[in-house]
Amino acid sequence: MVTISREDVEYVAALARLELTEQETQEYTEQLNSILGYAAMLERLDTDGVLPTAHAVPLHNVLREDQVGLSIPQEKALQNAPDADEGFFRVPKISLT
Amino acid sequence: MGIEKSVSELHELLVHKDISSSELTKAYIKRIQTVDPGLKAYLTVLEDQALAQATEVDRKIAQGEVLGALEGIPMALKDNMCTEGVRTSCASKMLENFIPPYNATVTDRLRVAGTILLGKVNMDEFAMGSSTENSYFAKTRNPWDLECVPGGSSGGSAVAVAADEAAFALGSDTGGSIRQPAAFCGVVGMKPTYGAVSRYGLIAFASSLDQIGPLTKTVRDNALVMNAIAGYDAMDSTSVSYERPDYTKFLVNDITGLRIGIPREYFGEGIDLDVARGIQAGIQTLIDLGAEVSECSLPHTEYAIPAYYLIATAEASSNLARYDGVRYGFRAEAEDVLGMFKKTRAAGFGQEVKRRIMLGTYALSSGYYDAYYLKAQKVRTLIKQDFDKAFERFDVLLSPTAPTAAFKFGEKSANPLAMYLSDITTVPINLAGIPAISIPAGFVNGLPIGMQLMGKPLDEGTLYRVAYTFEQNTNYHTLKPIFSGEVLACGSR
Repeated sequence: MVTISREDVEYVAALARLELTEQETQEYTEQLNSILGYAAMLERLDTDGVLPTAHAVPLHNVLREDQVGLSIPQEKALQNAPDADEGFFRVPKISLT
Repeated sequence: MGIEKSVSELHELLVHKDISSSELTKAYIKRIQTVDPGLKAYLTVLEDQALAQATEVDRKIAQGEVLGALEGIPMALKDNMCTEGVRTSCASKMLENFIPPYNATVTDRLRVAGTILLGKVNMDEFAMGSSTENSYFAKTRNPWDLECVPGGSSGGSAVAVAADEAAFALGSDTGGSIRQPAAFCGVVGMKPTYGAVSRYGLIAFASSLDQIGPLTKTVRDNALVMNAIAGYDAMDSTSVSYERPDYTKFLVNDITGLRIGIPREYFGEGIDLDVARGIQAGIQTLIDLGAEVSECSLPHTEYAIPAYYLIATAEASSNLARYDGVRYGFRAEAEDVLGMFKKTRAAGFGQEVKRRIMLGTYALSSGYYDAYYLKAQKVRTLIKQDFDKAFERFDVLLSPTAPTAAFKFGEKSANPLAMYLSDITTVPINLAGIPAISIPAGFVNGLPIGMQLMGKPLDEGTLYRVAYTFEQNTNYHTLKPIFSGEVLACGSR
């Protein structure tokens, strides 16, 4: 059974773009171990040769003509933005390091 | 005045001009003002808009126009369905001020059907939970016992219907979120076949499992609402293209010869004995009414919880990546953009949502994808095959909707795994994509319990037939919680 370390939790939090408090890091380490420990029961099942199911109903590609249709006007698309300016979403500086 | 009646009864009153839609809407608004300070089903009440819509319907009635089955009927929507110009919060701080620029397909269809939108109702944040305790805004109380949870995640929808704060409501069901609160609150709740009702404008939790459906007082009402919302929608790429039947055609009081299977795994460990006994009594009723009942097995049931929680959280971690403080929703200030993302998500999401994002991100991360996510998808195949096999022998499968009746506030919220395990009777259905309905089937210690009927893909009709027959031969659905005094006291506290 996989054990999840504190470092694993910090790594996953970084992937998920979540800043965790010290208390959350401890709690999630414990809880993820408990939940994934329970999920380890799946290992008991032999699934060799079983195809994975992504969707329970058969799905087909949906195609349509590439035509200009109605869309949400710019001011409506921006109305919920925390910070918008001249038709753009504004964000803090993007650091490359 | 009239608010305790079913949709079909209210329709008759409207048609015969015994009541106007405006009067009815005012009566519901008054009811909400009276009991909701204690019950807290609603997050937003749309008094002016609702009355304007009702006036519109009354004008049509005055002109002698033919009235549709849902026309003039006041209802509520779960707060994860987009309503243009009306806040849609998902019960999250992240979307506390989010005003959708468009309507969900179900919102549009119910508008076209002439319903009156009373407001938006409470839920677990982003529909993640089984008790509605995870709402950022309020804890909704169960009208049958104010110390108990209403179930979740569609707790607000179930309470609004059970407490006569709406004639019907829509909920969404990813792992039981319509059926379990319906059972806990003593109302009818349908989780349709995956793809039968459009998800366009439903704020996504786990896209391969989410499905919208009605919570109603009666089985007939449920079929009427399904008639209005189900059917193909080009705006949802997973919408199933099929000929939507008139579901009311299935409402016959006859189940002679119908084959009902009882999966023994749904009556085993973890199922409260009194709940199991109550459902056994319901099975006997169906046998007496002419159904052919025998036991069967869905052998992979015990694997459904881990498979479900890996798949649902993986999909959620991907779906919720969009909440980054850039285009809509909450934003926390920071020096640079990466810091802004992290602080926004840290402050905007509640504990359960973050826990699931963590679990899902882990399950999808490099090195663990095969062991967790892919493995869970393979187990999903086995669970689906269990159902396919059972439906070769049976028309319908039957179980308790939930392992227990409503539990107390705080009873499970400290232990996430215990809360997850309470979903054992509902999550396999979402993994298989089949329809299932919960109907009132008795009481345990004064709290309602639900009987779950599961059907073949797109065979909601047969579920309605069995549910209707059971309802016509029992009186559980006519019993009402008595709570006004206590709720009024809560409200003034």
